[in-house]
Formats: sequence, structure tokens, C-alpha cells
Amino acid sequence: MADLTALRFRNRLYYVLLAAGGLVALAGLYAVHMMESHGHIITGMNNQIVWGMPHVFAIFLIVAASGVLNVASIGSVFGKSIYKARAPLASLLSIAMLAGGLTVLMLDLGRPDRLMVAATNYNPTSVFAWNVLLYSGMFSLVAIYLWTMMERRMNQWSKPAGLAVFAWRFILTTGTGLIFAFLTARQAYGSALLPPMFIVLSFAWGLAVFHVVQKVIYAWNEKTLDPAILQRTKNLLGIFVIGSMYLVATYHLTNLYFAHQSGFEHFILVDGGVYPTLFWWGYVVLGNLLPLLLIYLPGLGKTGCVVAASLLVVAGAFALLYVFIIGGQAYPLNIFPGFTVSSSFGDGQIASYHPSIYEFLLGLGGLAIAFIITTVSVRVLNFMPQDKAYIPD
Amino acid sequence: MSDLNTQRRQFLKTSLGAAAVAIAPGMLLFDTAHGKAEAGSSKVRWGMLIDTAQCKDGCNDCVTACNKENGLSGGTAATDSQWIRKIELKDIRSGRELSLPMMCQHCEEPPCVDVCPTAASFKRADGIVLVDRHRCIGCRYCMMACPYKARSFVHEPLQDQKPDVPRGKGTVESCTLCVHRLDKGQQNTACAEACKNKAILFGNLNDENSEIAQKIRSVASVQVRADLQLNPGIRYQGL
Ligand code: SF4
Ligand code: SF4
Repeated sequence: MADLTALRFRNRLYYVLLAAGGLVALAGLYAVHMMESHGHIITGMNNQIVWGMPHVFAIFLIVAASGVLNVASIGSVFGKSIYKARAPLASLLSIAMLAGGLTVLMLDLGRPDRLMVAATNYNPTSVFAWNVLLYSGMFSLVAIYLWTMMERRMNQWSKPAGLAVFAWRFILTTGTGLIFAFLTARQAYGSALLPPMFIVLSFAWGLAVFHVVQKVIYAWNEKTLDPAILQRTKNLLGIFVIGSMYLVATYHLTNLYFAHQSGFEHFILVDGGVYPTLFWWGYVVLGNLLPLLLIYLPGLGKTGCVVAASLLVVAGAFALLYVFIIGGQAYPLNIFPGFTVSSSFGDGQIASYHPSIYEFLLGLGGLAIAFIITTVSVRVLNFMPQDKAYIPD
Repeated sequence: MSDLNTQRRQFLKTSLGAAAVAIAPGMLLFDTAHGKAEAGSSKVRWGMLIDTAQCKDGCNDCVTACNKENGLSGGTAATDSQWIRKIELKDIRSGRELSLPMMCQHCEEPPCVDVCPTAASFKRADGIVLVDRHRCIGCRYCMMACPYKARSFVHEPLQDQKPDVPRGKGTVESCTLCVHRLDKGQQNTACAEACKNKAILFGNLNDENSEIAQKIRSVASVQVRADLQLNPGIRYQGL
């Protein structure tokens, strides 16, 4: 009887969660409607900060979507059984986040109604256009991969499918990095380090999201995760966090090395107001150091700590992307080296940006889409990791 | 080296030909709008020579003329379109001050065209870089890529547009070198015409007898951010 009550409660909770996700998604749609009828004037974006909060959300989702597949790859490509058991959930999360991220990107366009134009007029030299191919390819590949894992008769194909996904997501995140790396005239971007930096960041962000979702699913099913398994994935998260910090540091150090970039670095790291704050406190302290402590400090590192660490990594990701995308545009383009400049169009000035509620609603709408896809799928299909008695491999 | 250059140019021309086929529908729309059959020939490369010594600090005549010609509001809020703007410069070392107009530089190797996912940004055979407003999806990648910050995004619905100058909310726009005038056979842009000090000289860079070509041969002029090797069609004198 008690069981039944618990079941009823969980059923109800499921619908409440779904409704909450739906509401957030609806709020996102409302924001889109407002942006469509009033134009981008109601956002905080302008002619200096042309990409804003929606892009922070979208790029987080897309990068994490690629990184979460790491869990699957370690399983299929390197044959580690605890990861293999988690490959379906990781693939599902990837599809869900990719869908959420792409929706945000598309609905932020000035003319989202012209998406067909983008599909039919393809400019082969545009990194953006390559990314459209990369994203749709990733969708199909991961869907196929999921199918080979979920359908027993297809199991034999799951290894090659996993390999294909493994390769594809590297290219995909490289493509995301290239969007910025090709902007050679901007001090913040145009660095060959960006693609590898994004790849390592994707590992950390993806695994962090995975930890959180896994925790929720285990709690939902009233199961506890084998501490030995958690031990291994949390160490991996630690390594990814250290790795990404290393690449972010290298990116800034190489910028400092080039004299013409030092003004920009000074801005981002020292006197740029909200950007250095977000960088040091948001990204470095909250997003890296604190999670590392939670993971590695003796006595810590239990489930709760790992989930907290993962949530912090995600928060740090948003801080870093904000600094990278918006701070990168706020610093004035150096059109006339050797001159101080001023104009009516923001030349020589730090551009200001105040994200509006509509941008947040749109971004949160993307998160909600990812949430709904995950929740519904986990409910109707079996994505619960099935661990055999633990064998170290 | 120059041989290589000619080869490269030849290649570019061929690819331009191919590109022209690809963008023909947009061009057709464009041309019927102005009643002219051929859209610029590669014998022409439109460009400008801007003499900063003649350009007066505080004078805004070119900007006003551009706004009027193209139906821009003239507002200077961060969300308003500015196709041309006056920049006041001060040499950090010598303290020398100067003033100049800045607009789309009509690059020969335009990054905005390279990055545009839908090929809405394109370069005509006569070197003018334009945005096809029927094709632009408003992604703003070209604004990120332009080294001169020459482009504006239309943030609001527009009223009272000029029939000759199509614009639209949610799309990106920039200086067209008054292409609507040129295609009607006029030989000057609104900004150059408006400058009392004759600081802007407009003309065909490829015609060696044109005033602009002759002047470029005889006076020292530079391209802004020449290090990026985009070969802009706008050159500056006295910078
Ligand atoms: S100045 Fe900017 S908008 Fe104009 S052609 Fe060059 S890159 Fe494109
Ligand atoms: S905003 Fe328009 S013109 Fe610019 S890159 Fe995007 S589609 Fe092309």
C-alpha cells in the first residue's frame, strides 16, 4: 500500500515536472514571439554586441551535447563496461541538449522564418554552414547509435556506430571553436587554440551534466550508485576540469605574449568590470577550484559533493562563455592601430550590454526543451544504467 | 609573383562567374527593381580615395547625405543603423589629430562574404559588396567577421523606406556604394557629392584614366588594416 502511494506520488511529480518544463518552454516561445514582432530592440543586443545571452545558452548546450558523448565513447571505443552501461543515457542527453541549443540559435535569428533559405542556399566557405551539416549529422549518427544499443538485434553494430560518433563529435566541437577562430580581426578570437580548448571544455561540461542527470535518475528509481563507479567518473571529471583550465590559461597566456593583444587581456582579466569578476570568481573559483576541492579533498568526494561539483562546473561554464562571447565583443575592435579613436558608433569604447528578460527566457526555453526530451524519454524507455556486479577494467 | 597574382585573379574571376550563377535569382530581383539588365562588369572596380587632410573635424555632411539617400533614421543609438560614420583619431605618439569617414570598405576578399551561411552577403563583379535582403537570415556572423565594424543590424520594424533601397527588420545592412545610383548610370555616391571639401573621391579604380586611378598613382594612400590583406576598395590619404 505504501508502495502504491509512493508510486502515485512519483507519477504526479513526473507530470508536475513536465508541466514546469513545458511552462518554461512556453515562456521561451513567448520571448520569440515578442522578438519577432518588435525586433531585437527588446533584447540587450545591439550593433556592438551582436551575439548575446541566447548564444551563451546555445553554445553551452551544443558544446556540452558533444562532450557528454565522451561517456558513451569511453564505453564503446575503449570498452570500459561502467561507461558502456551509461552510453544510452549519454546519447539521449546529447540529442536533447543539441536540440535545445540549436532551437535557441535558430530562434534568435533576425529572420527565423527564413530557415529554409539557409537550407537551400549553402555557402561552402562559411563555417556556420559547415556547422549546420555537422549538427544534423550528429543528430542522425547519435540516433543510429542509440538504436544499435537499444535494439538487441542491432547490438553488433553499436561499436562501429560508437566509433563514428566518437570521430564526429571531435569534428563538431572543432567546428564550434572554428566559428570564433576564423574571426581573425577580433582580438578575443582568431586563435588556433580555440578548437582544442572547446574540445576539452566540452568533456568537462558534458560529464558534469551527466553526473547531475544520473544522480536524479538514480534517486527517482530509488537506487544508489555504486561508490566505486562514482569514484571513477568523478576522477575523470577532475582531470577534465584541470585540462580545461590548462587550455584556458594557455589561451590567455599566448594572447598576453602577443603585444597587440595585451590590452584585451588586461580588460578581460583585470579592469573590465563584470568580465574579470565573472572570469576569476565565476569561472576560476566557482567553476574550477571549488569543484576540484569537492572532488579531491580527503573526506569529500561523496555523491553529494560530486553533484555539487558538477553543478558548479556548469555554472562556471556559463561564466566563461559570458566572458568569452560578450566580453570578447565588448572590447573595441582595433581598426586604427596607433591611434585613439572615437565616433558615434562606439569606436574605441567598451560596448555596454544589459541582457533583457527575453534573452534569458529564450535561453531557458532551450534548457527546457532539453529537459523535456530527457524526462519523457527516460520515462518511456529504459535509460537507467544497468551495471553488472562491478568489475574493475 | 605577379604571374601568380594574375593566375589567382583569373581563378577568382572564374569562381565569381560560378557564384554569379548561384546568386542569379537574387540579382535578377535586384536588377528588375532598377530596370537595368547587367549588374556591374568586372572591368569596373568601384572605389574611393578619402583625403583626411580635407576632411573637417566635426563636419558630418557625408553622414547626413547617406542617411537621406538611403532612408536611414540618422539616430545614433547602439541599435540604430549607421552605414557611414565619422571617426575622430588622435595619433598616440605625435598627438596629431584627424577626422575621417568610415564605411564598408568593399573588400576584394570580404570576410563577411566568406562567413555568410546563406550567401546573402555577396560581391558583385564591380567590387561592390552587398547583402541580399531577401536571403539574409539575420545571424549576424558577418558583423562578427567584418574588421571595420561596417555593418548594422535592423533592430526594429521600418517605415517609409526608399523604394530604391530595400531594407528589412531582422536583416543586416551596410554601405552599398549607392549601387542604386550607379545602376541608373549616375557616377557618384551621395556622400562624395555632399562633401563640400572634396575629401571623398569616388570612381573606377580599374580605369587607368579615371581621376581616382590617376590620383592613387601620384599620391601616397593606404588601406585601413592593410595587414589583413583584404584589399579594400576604399583608400585613405594622409593617414
Ligand atoms: S568592410 Fe566589412 S562589410 Fe564591407 S566588404 Fe569588408 S568585411 Fe564586408
Ligand atoms: S546576417 Fe545575413 S548577411 Fe550576415 S552572415 Fe548572416 S545571413 Fe549572411
